[in-house]
Amino acid sequence: MAALCEEFTLCGLIASAGAGAGQGIVGLEPGPDPDRVLLTDRGRTATLYKVSDQKPLGCWSVKQDQTITCPAVCNFETGEYIAVHDDKVLRIWKDEDVNLDKVFKATLTAEVYRIHSLPHTEPLVLFKGGAVRTLDALLAAPQQEIENVISDEVIRWSEAFMETQQPVLIFATEKNGNYFVYVQKVNPNILHKYKLEQEESSHPLSFTAYTKNNILTLLCLYSNGCVYKILMSLQHSVPEEEQILSKSLLLKTVVSDTVLKGASLAILDKDHVAVLGCLDSPPNIAKECLSIWNTKFQILQTSKELPQGTSGQLWCYGEKFFLTHGKVLTVIVYKCETSSLAAAVGKLKDTQTSSMRTVSSYVNWNMLQEDDLGSPFAQQSVTAKTESKRTLRLRRNNVAKVQRDTLTVEQLLSDIKDSSQSDIEEELWQFLSNAQMSDFQATVGYIITGLVNRCKTEPTFYPRNCLVQLIQTHGLSYSLCPDLMAVALEKTDVHLLQLCLQQFPDIPEAVTCACLKAFLSINDDSLQGTNVNLDSVISYIDITLNDQVEKQSATVQNGFSSELMEEDSCDIQLTPKPHVVDTEELCPVGPQKAALLNAILYSAYSETFLLPHLKDLSAQQVILFLRYLQYLYIKCSEKVSMDFPGMLSPTINQIMDWMCLLLDAHFTVVVMLPEAKGLLFSLHKFVRAQVRFYSELNKIEGSLQELQRTKPQKDFGLYSIEMLELV
Amino acid sequence: MGEFQVHRVRFFAYVPAGIRCLAHSPRSARLALARTDGALEVYNFAANYFQEKGIPGHETRTTEALCWAAGDRLFGAGLGGDISEYDLEKLRVKYSLDGFGGPIWSMAADPSGTQLAVGCEDGSVKLFQVLPDKIQFERSLDRQKGRIMSLSWHPSGTHIAVGSIDLLRVFDVKSGHAIQRILVDRRPQGLYSRECVVWSVAFLSDGTIVSSDSVGKVQFWDSEKGTLLETHPVSSSAVLCLAVSEEEDSIVVGTSEGAVYQFQLLPVKWGSAESKWVRTKPFQHHTHDVRAVAHSATALISGGLDAQLVIRPLMERVHGKGYDAALRKFTFPHRRLVSCAKKAGLLLFQFPQHLELWRLGATNSAGKDGDILPVSRAPEHLLQLKSKGPEHICCSCISLCGSWIAYSTASRLHLHRVHLENGSVSVKRVSKVPKLLCSAHQLLCSADSTSLFVASDEGAVHVLKLLEPGGCGHLQTLRPNSGSAQAVYLLAASADGDWLAAAGGDWEINVYSLRHFKPHCTVPAYNCAVTALAIHPVTNNLVITHSDQQVFEFSIPDREYTTWSRKVQQHGLHKGWLERDTPITHITFNPKQPAHILLHDTHMFCILDKSLPLPDDATPLMNQTALKQLSEKARRGYAHAFKICKKYQPLLFVDLLEEGSLVVVERPLMDIKTQLPPPVQQKKFGT
Repeated sequence: MAALCEEFTLCGLIASAGAGAGQGIVGLEPGPDPDRVLLTDRGRTATLYKVSDQKPLGCWSVKQDQTITCPAVCNFETGEYIAVHDDKVLRIWKDEDVNLDKVFKATLTAEVYRIHSLPHTEPLVLFKGGAVRTLDALLAAPQQEIENVISDEVIRWSEAFMETQQPVLIFATEKNGNYFVYVQKVNPNILHKYKLEQEESSHPLSFTAYTKNNILTLLCLYSNGCVYKILMSLQHSVPEEEQILSKSLLLKTVVSDTVLKGASLAILDKDHVAVLGCLDSPPNIAKECLSIWNTKFQILQTSKELPQGTSGQLWCYGEKFFLTHGKVLTVIVYKCETSSLAAAVGKLKDTQTSSMRTVSSYVNWNMLQEDDLGSPFAQQSVTAKTESKRTLRLRRNNVAKVQRDTLTVEQLLSDIKDSSQSDIEEELWQFLSNAQMSDFQATVGYIITGLVNRCKTEPTFYPRNCLVQLIQTHGLSYSLCPDLMAVALEKTDVHLLQLCLQQFPDIPEAVTCACLKAFLSINDDSLQGTNVNLDSVISYIDITLNDQVEKQSATVQNGFSSELMEEDSCDIQLTPKPHVVDTEELCPVGPQKAALLNAILYSAYSETFLLPHLKDLSAQQVILFLRYLQYLYIKCSEKVSMDFPGMLSPTINQIMDWMCLLLDAHFTVVVMLPEAKGLLFSLHKFVRAQVRFYSELNKIEGSLQELQRTKPQKDFGLYSIEMLELV
Repeated sequence: MGEFQVHRVRFFAYVPAGIRCLAHSPRSARLALARTDGALEVYNFAANYFQEKGIPGHETRTTEALCWAAGDRLFGAGLGGDISEYDLEKLRVKYSLDGFGGPIWSMAADPSGTQLAVGCEDGSVKLFQVLPDKIQFERSLDRQKGRIMSLSWHPSGTHIAVGSIDLLRVFDVKSGHAIQRILVDRRPQGLYSRECVVWSVAFLSDGTIVSSDSVGKVQFWDSEKGTLLETHPVSSSAVLCLAVSEEEDSIVVGTSEGAVYQFQLLPVKWGSAESKWVRTKPFQHHTHDVRAVAHSATALISGGLDAQLVIRPLMERVHGKGYDAALRKFTFPHRRLVSCAKKAGLLLFQFPQHLELWRLGATNSAGKDGDILPVSRAPEHLLQLKSKGPEHICCSCISLCGSWIAYSTASRLHLHRVHLENGSVSVKRVSKVPKLLCSAHQLLCSADSTSLFVASDEGAVHVLKLLEPGGCGHLQTLRPNSGSAQAVYLLAASADGDWLAAAGGDWEINVYSLRHFKPHCTVPAYNCAVTALAIHPVTNNLVITHSDQQVFEFSIPDREYTTWSRKVQQHGLHKGWLERDTPITHITFNPKQPAHILLHDTHMFCILDKSLPLPDDATPLMNQTALKQLSEKARRGYAHAFKICKKYQPLLFVDLLEEGSLVVVERPLMDIKTQLPPPVQQKKFGT
């Protein structure tokens, strides 16, 4: 829930400085520390303010006939300030400098639009012609030729980001009502041009953007009050031809018939945006207000009227809004907590209040939703990463063709029938990145059926990444793609099977048993290179202890899960130490196989249907599985809580149920087998010991309860004197 | 750190009076509440539901109806037949006017707030005009048979719906004639049928009348045709009250079984224009009759004979997790009812019509944390002082040495000199108490028991000199420089006798110098109600708590907030602290530990140790049990400024005695429940 808190005035704005106060200011930029801002007014002055104290720390002016034309910024690396006056003259000064006339000066050959300063990197200078230079490159040769990138378009907005340690500059230009977006990477120097889809009746008023996982999200506020979201990948390393960006409606901030004027937009966090604007609905008087919207639930969280008018400029640094209100620069502190449905209905328990309340009985719908819906996007970025590792040659050829217009399901389905594997991957990525479909689940079902059908007809075709990616959308079930697991079994793709077992709620027992059989028969050594998720095993198998685990191949084929890679990599560094380990304690299977078996234990089944299929297991497999179950059971009993930590670890009930089922199914075999004798004996011994222990506990339970009953029975009466210690 | 002998007192037999009626003013976000003993309370919803104002009860005044009219003026009417206006600045009844219609059962202000309609025992509905400083009888509507139990204005102000015995009537206000008469079903009971009392009516803008009656039905009527639209049997006993939300899409009703139901106007089908009243949510927060309900924009408010005020937020209307998003129950007043003579070990309990003086017991053994020590001397009930006259006591105090007891009713201040000599108690009334023109709202004795401070109207504080062997004289009257219209309701005097702090209804805190009898300074305005004040005996810092749970420390000598206070504001208080339910009602100090502030609310008491770091939201606020398990050394790393004890609840009072032991006054809810009359018999499963 976002809220506007207190409001205070940072400073008055001098109307005398050329234009009136209604014109706003040239810019407000973050200062060298979070509490300081650098204000450039429409005139000759740049002032550094300490926000919490509401007082100026320094003020620098250019000469009488000069004007500062671009907001002064702070170079976070050096602590210097940079400003441009009269479009071409660059000034750099420090805190202790007094007179701007005497500080470093460089006259450039082209007009500067803005300077963007980012932490940990050199400031970027954006020229009005669209060229971008880093400051040091520019200072090395101030008189260098600056090319004109945008012909006669006018820059309307620009912003810079750090993405994967590289500065990225994005700016929007306008020409005859057409809007273009440029994404400029500096190192290496790559420029992309996009065209913004045109809107009939309205035009963009304000832009803002953020990047995450190499995806740049551009939010754009239109004059009809709608906020659109535009996704752009920062992956392309090669310039391509101009593309048209499609946009999706994120938020509608006004009712129809009203026109937004002089508005601006700021992103607060992933669910909240702030809109400052003047609502002009004809019968009423125009009123200006600042409002915070929740984009997830599309609701107005809070708003504040600004009766004295604003310049339509809004900055937002460190949980504070800065805006001109009347003749002053006002700071409004806001709070923005992540919103969730639970919070919206007031049901969210605050988990932070006390750590005693670690167990939350509430389902966090927010997180659930994020897992479900957010995963296509997370997935994109991951696949994008992996793809970048591979050769890009293929892509270059057909990417332009594909990206020109958005992909439809029909197109994708027809492509699946005949395109090459990598093409399909590429297309699927494209498709999922635009995924804001209403019938997402059905569509994904169609796609996966198409893929599986082709797999069946064409034995060499097996688009592993695509399948994994589709399963990870969490939109699938066994009944949507009945053949998928059969194909995976045929290819012995254990990773895919694991995912299916973990995510499909409706796997038939026959298939579960087939998987179990396959897992038990796979050699541990052959599993070592595979990409099995070991989360469920980590809590009880010390992977380094199991000396079967040797060095894992560092090159993970698909690099699917970055987390996994990290976990694996830390194992690599530890050389397996020679250990004398009791065989009892040693896991009878390798960690990968254990993880796979856990997935089986975790899946849903019905005893009646499972039993006949369990009988298919061979005696050796039964013994192995039984040994593993016994190992789990003993491990589990060691813990007081009788449970393994972690999401997908089997519970003691599941272990017991499977053990009973297995013994039921193969009782005669197990009794006859000589090698099972020891196993059964130890199992029996263990269970008997436990039963005896519990019966003893039951006996003393009664007396303990009696003790408990006697203790708090003390009646304090109307008066007592007690001791109390507060530490 | 701090080990205390705790005198755990549970013999304060305080029983709060039941709630008779409620009136919510959405405009000022205030709730007026009248109790069965005639007392009136005003809760400010904007200040975390703080009980901002209180007017003590009166033996003969039984308020049956309350309403806000003409802005923020509050009117009450009762079975005495009088209509009174309350003066919320001077905290008393401004004037009373006889309605000349016998006992008044109901009253409502017209939508514009300029007229009051009053329903009387003799069957008449009388209209009174609200004038700027009085009300005036205007006319009577046609008199009918049967007492008028309830009435409601149509939102246009042209008609009044009236609930009587067995029937409903609709009056045309202009002509004064009854234009509709609707018979309400009686309850068949054997061969006879019992009369049906229409306890409450509401007139909706579409002409629908909602009635709730003693048969247990909520019924919807068409006022034009006089026909029944819908019937909802709600209870097997009476439905006593109902209230409609401002948007007229939700109704709350209260039954004599203690249940509260919400009705909502919902579309019959999704997207359909036709909508129907549906009983949606039942709540059972009360054990006894729910005599009054109110419907605020975000919550259902109910009050009953079990003296509980329950504010139940409607989750669909509350956005976010503010203070108003949680269920609130108020049983105890946000005022101090206990005073303690620290030096003498005496407790003075204030009841509506008498005071009780008790001497605390003693022990001669020691023990460790959690031990219950043998009591060597039992506590002793020394004295019961009955106040004369019908007026209830509004405030009382005992001097620190226990030799002076003062109390005040709405019109008189009483002072008694108490002599305690080896077991025998004698009390002498001081006969010549200076007649102050206005009533006292709070009393306080100075630390050396030589003066008595009387908080009064218009921001004034009178200083009376206490003379031995038993006399008193008026010394000075302190008034704020700014001039305030509101009464002072909190006082704090410094131990050295130099300073006096007073907080008034406008939340301004004035500090006076008692040496010069002059205003010294004003604490910077903070826009929230002050709930407690105290001056530190060593540093003369004024500690202030507000109803939004903020704590401030203001240095009186330096006339500024202390650095610690600034640090607290900068750091922010812990979330768990800010989300507490009830306001801090008393602050005290430990002279041996100058860094400690002892505070308490209804559910906890806390030692605020200024020398320790403030906790941030990640650390648990309640860490006493965890800390006790750690070693002495490890504690240091985890200890934070708030040392909270929740062992004693509900807490009415905590103070530190002279010799360093704590006195804690508890009033368990079960003890109150046993004092209440038996509730309506309800059949439970298996009985």
